[in-house]
Amino acid sequence: MATEPAFGLALPTSTGHDEQTDARARGPWAQALHRFSRNGSALIAALVLIVVIVASLLAPVYAIWIAGVDPFSSNLESEITLGGERLPVLAPSTEGLGIGVMPIGPTWQFNAYFLGADEQGRDVMARLLYGGRATLLIGSLSTAITLVLAAFVGICAGFFGGWIDRILSRVLDILWAFPVYLFAICLSIVLLNSRIELGPIVIDSSSLIIPIMIIGVIYVPYVARPIRGQVLALRKSDFVMAAIGLGVPPHRILIRDILPNVLTTLIVFVPLMMALNIATETALSFLSLGVQSPGASWGTIIRDGQSLLYSRPWVSTAPGLVIIVTIVALNILGDGVRDAFDPRAKLRP
Amino acid sequence: MTAIPAERERFVPEKSSILPSLERFRFSRKRGNAPSPCFYAIQDAKPLRTFAGIALSIALAALGLLPGLSQAAENRAELMQAHRGGTVRVVSRSAGGTIDPQINYAPLYWSYYGGIYDGLVTFRKAGGVDSLVIVPDLAEAMPSVQNAGKTYIFKLRKGIKFSNGRDLTTDDVVASFQRIFKVSSPTSGTWYKDIIGADACLAKPDDCTLDGGIVADKSNWTITINLTAPDGEFLDKLSMPHASILPAETVARDVGIDPIPGTGPYAFESYDPNKALVWVRNPHFKEWSVEAQPDGYVDRFELDFGLTADAQVNAIINDQADVMFDQPPASRLAELGTKFPKQVHLDPQLAFWYLPLNVNLAPFDNLKARQALAHAIDLKAVINFFGGRNLATPTCQILPPGMQGYNAFCLHTKDPGSKWTEPDLDKARQLVDESGTKGQTITILTEDGEISRNIGSYLQSTLNSIGYNANIKSISGNIHYGYIQNTNNKVQISVTQWYADYPAASDFLNVLLGCGSFREGSDSSPNISGFCDKDLQAQMDKALALGITDQAAASELWAAIDQGMMEQVPLIPLFNPKQVTLVSKRMGNFQYSKATNTWAYTLGWVR
Repeated sequence: MATEPAFGLALPTSTGHDEQTDARARGPWAQALHRFSRNGSALIAALVLIVVIVASLLAPVYAIWIAGVDPFSSNLESEITLGGERLPVLAPSTEGLGIGVMPIGPTWQFNAYFLGADEQGRDVMARLLYGGRATLLIGSLSTAITLVLAAFVGICAGFFGGWIDRILSRVLDILWAFPVYLFAICLSIVLLNSRIELGPIVIDSSSLIIPIMIIGVIYVPYVARPIRGQVLALRKSDFVMAAIGLGVPPHRILIRDILPNVLTTLIVFVPLMMALNIATETALSFLSLGVQSPGASWGTIIRDGQSLLYSRPWVSTAPGLVIIVTIVALNILGDGVRDAFDPRAKLRP
Repeated sequence: MTAIPAERERFVPEKSSILPSLERFRFSRKRGNAPSPCFYAIQDAKPLRTFAGIALSIALAALGLLPGLSQAAENRAELMQAHRGGTVRVVSRSAGGTIDPQINYAPLYWSYYGGIYDGLVTFRKAGGVDSLVIVPDLAEAMPSVQNAGKTYIFKLRKGIKFSNGRDLTTDDVVASFQRIFKVSSPTSGTWYKDIIGADACLAKPDDCTLDGGIVADKSNWTITINLTAPDGEFLDKLSMPHASILPAETVARDVGIDPIPGTGPYAFESYDPNKALVWVRNPHFKEWSVEAQPDGYVDRFELDFGLTADAQVNAIINDQADVMFDQPPASRLAELGTKFPKQVHLDPQLAFWYLPLNVNLAPFDNLKARQALAHAIDLKAVINFFGGRNLATPTCQILPPGMQGYNAFCLHTKDPGSKWTEPDLDKARQLVDESGTKGQTITILTEDGEISRNIGSYLQSTLNSIGYNANIKSISGNIHYGYIQNTNNKVQISVTQWYADYPAASDFLNVLLGCGSFREGSDSSPNISGFCDKDLQAQMDKALALGITDQAAASELWAAIDQGMMEQVPLIPLFNPKQVTLVSKRMGNFQYSKATNTWAYTLGWVR
């Protein structure tokens, strides 16, 4: 069978170049890894992401062992000791007319309200870390759903063509016709209104599965379209035509010839889609349509701090900054991954 | 009035000041408080229409006190000369809907109708307790009340003109009362249903005549209103904007954005719901009563829409606006109270924030579950969301301080007594266990406003801590109140508030928990809890009837009903709020009407 290796379509035909020879010797995955390891920006971005992920995973350690707080319960009456002084977490104003109650601001002490408290008296730092877990979990799982669905739809439509392609393409067209955020908001409103019961499966309205599914679905057309285009090209390539001519079963061609070549595109999409999905999740949660109270995500924390923007700006700006850092890192990483897996990179000096 | 955003302020009179205001309607003590054709609806602060009253007036005049009034008039003339003129810019979040005073039921325009339109009577245009007195407005004097409280006779003032230049006549009064029904005013079926002929008008609004109910005597300039039954709160209801007197030719439909001429010192000039509402001086206005409708100091008012509460605060402190309609955001209260204390006005309100518990849905169909939550809530913590103890007072009862029948008590606290002390979580958990409702799912429905959402989050945390599985849903404030009233939506618990239309115990107890206020499947069912206790309802009916003859006895009964209600816990009161109004540096003589919960804007000046 004339199966070509992954990346094979774009491998240069010229020979004699040491690097190219070495590359052939290493194989396509090793080549990609090698190229990625030489991309300083991408490595730094990956490092930043690892820090964010590890910090988020350590959220319980911070909340329980370091700060000693419950980030999901209101804490309206408690006090902390700071510099030998007892301070209320929510302090009523004692000056002027004595109106207004202000949550404690950043103490910059790691074990006590490092970033201050929100209006419920909850530790913003602890919620930020827990929020990272929710946001990253939703971002990554929804990305997986997007890519799996998009790959399935794109490959089926591109490979089988005919009425399958027409139906799938029209479905994608319909999904694409909706502005993506409007579509996500509509789905959220419907699904969050009551819990979902599908036979024995019951999904509570506060479950993270709902935003994961919503975000995972709405971006399928954005990935499936280019995949379909790529499969259409592959379908007409010599090695696939040869396989078909030799009577290789379609599922075998799909698995052995098409999927490996599409995989690189999907890999390139991973960080980019994850960045997009994180941004969407934070937007939905900011609108109360994603992660539900008392759960935390970076979007919900921004919303919680919205009314404190003048007096306690860190409640909103801290998750905002983390979102920026994470998305920028994911985009840089995405560029690095694309460069690593894009064979044209080898033509660059 | 329906529950309204925190911006619609209501007064909470000081205990010492409330009795005179709430006992406006008295019977002559000589008549032993018996209902009779000689029943007098006489206000304490008004010139007495009895022989003794007239004699007292003569005596006061003889003592030289009346010249004091003349001095006051001179002072007012001087003030008018010194401060007349200028333009006031008011800012608000959004427009308030139709401009029609007989249809609109939103706090925004109710705040400003007072200077545009008049009724036969009105609450005195004044600040503080003084505003709680009802005074004759388009009527020359307070009505003569006859037929055991079922007939009110008003004599109309002469020489009053609408802003379109046409003279006010008795025909306008008759047509205006008919129009209340023809346009299906929101309160036509409640406040004015006892007028003779109202039944027919409610059935066929287009053919409404109110025959026998509203009778005009053109030659004597009198209007007689006949009721099917005595109504001790009828003058309050006549003082509301829905009873505004409009030109007889006004179309019998919602005028939308086309202003209707009025008789007040101002007239609407233009209205664009996307931009602004402007009102200017009524060129045909001549002051007839300083108490009822004083001429205003300011020449022009511009109410601009579209500013968030934060933007409104910024506009005021940057001298770009004079008054903000909406309550300042809680997060900026400390800043305002510290940096701009002279520009901040705090006024108590006849209102309370509360949690309606649906007594027909689990788990709150169980008395112990309701009691458990009442014991668990930390009211001291909750008031922080509203701005702290100087802006809100924890309460355990439905009637607000100063209201008729108010008698402080607290049943659900660590040490039950006259006031709330602290939550009793142990007892709450014990009650949850006993109720057998532990672990049940509860959904809290809040509006998306800052305070409501924060209370909802706290409530979720509290419910979880006593053994429930609580989640929270926030919906737009525009639909929240209608949504939580409708039983089809199966709301278990919500966060809302109630601001009295007028100072009466029935406006709280009977409206919020009366059997007649519960309408299944309706968006207009103010008894959100779905609570109906036949015994308590019978007591409320008795108290309403008693109010016409014996205010003191009625007050005692209302107090007992208040406590009886709270023993059943159909709702959980949270706190009685105060209004915060931020005004510009140049704004002078700011006065807040405690009766209407609005800024008495005709008394303010900017020069």
